[in-house]
Amino acid sequence: MVCESWKANLDTYLDGELPDAETRSFDAHVRACHSCSADALTRVQLKRTIQVAGRRFTPSAEFRRRVRQSIAPKPQRSFGLGWMFAAAVAVILAVGALTSTYVGTRADRGQVFSEIADLHVATLASSSPVDVISTDRHTVKPWFQGKIPFAFNLPELQNSDFSLLGGRMTYLDQTPGAHLIYDVRKHHISVFVFQEQSLRARLDEASLAPKQLSFNIETWTQGGLRYFVIGDASGTDIDGLARLFKSAL
Amino acid sequence: MPLFDQLYNFARWLTRNTEEAEDLVQETYVKGLKGFSSFQLGTNFRAWMYRILRNTFLTSRTGLSVTMSVPLDPEQDGPELAVENDTPETILLRRSNSQLVVSAIDDLPVHQREALLLCDVEEMSYQEIAETLSIPVGTVMSRLSRARRTLRDHLGRELQGDEAVKEGKRGIDYGL
Repeated sequence: MVCESWKANLDTYLDGELPDAETRSFDAHVRACHSCSADALTRVQLKRTIQVAGRRFTPSAEFRRRVRQSIAPKPQRSFGLGWMFAAAVAVILAVGALTSTYVGTRADRGQVFSEIADLHVATLASSSPVDVISTDRHTVKPWFQGKIPFAFNLPELQNSDFSLLGGRMTYLDQTPGAHLIYDVRKHHISVFVFQEQSLRARLDEASLAPKQLSFNIETWTQGGLRYFVIGDASGTDIDGLARLFKSAL
Repeated sequence: MPLFDQLYNFARWLTRNTEEAEDLVQETYVKGLKGFSSFQLGTNFRAWMYRILRNTFLTSRTGLSVTMSVPLDPEQDGPELAVENDTPETILLRRSNSQLVVSAIDDLPVHQREALLLCDVEEMSYQEIAETLSIPVGTVMSRLSRARRTLRDHLGRELQGDEAVKEGKRGIDYGL
């Protein structure tokens, strides 16, 4: 009868759930008490039997495969894939335009505009169109620090239809510049910024005639920098983004 | 997939049916993924997954019918007295017949079965079991105690039945 109080807690002891002090007392008691040690052994055996018997169900390989498929991430129209889709469309449009118009006129009109269009199309077709991905101008602008030999301002886009997708470094005629990509109504617009003096020798108004290659383009100089805004968006949108840049402080 | 085999095993014990167990596990993973944002880092992931599975089971048709048929019982009953008629020999004898133990576990009421499986098969602590089943630790201890007592009673009855059959066979063999 003395052991009944011990045996009442025997399972808790064997489950390792007694406080340390009680466990030590139990250890000592079980070693000394034949009845309790026999009971403990019985219960341990039963625990082990339950453990073995309890692990009897194994999922089939087919079921495992099915669950893995059902929880695999579904392709989403996320920024990345949406971008690729848009880029593919842009490339198709650009290729169509290039074959019909651009190739024939390129040699006649100077190279700058053509190269800007090339940069725009090639970037959108790239698997990583931007090196700095952010909609925040205060993230994108500082990213260019130390990468290009000039500074420029990015416009505030609040209350406009434009959104900044990111930026990357670019080169035109071996001159480093900034390439920013904006989104407006599912169209991507590139904004290129270069130092005017680096390009002056190559620029003349004849070579910058707008509405070439089925793209809309606007260009201007401001503060010693040459800006190009190009895209397949409407002329109004291109003009709208250009105005925002012109007024950026 | 983390815990896949264990969750399936547990689901199979709860539902007693392969198809239902598969549905239950699949739903658990889908819910786990959807609700992963609600999982608090630093808390017990295993208990969280088991809790999803169990809650899904309880709201399933089988789960509802099982829990509806479980009699209301006082969870905090008194301390269990030791069962003196078990010996290592009898347990060893039972080990040789694991089907007997499987059947005994299967016959347990679902609340006792799940507590016993989480403790002895999944080797969860009482605290983990309490988190998984959303019950106090005291209730975990009570359910475990009942489960083990019921199991031992079941096995004892089965063994007595076996012995009686053997005795009867021996009597027939000796022409008694």
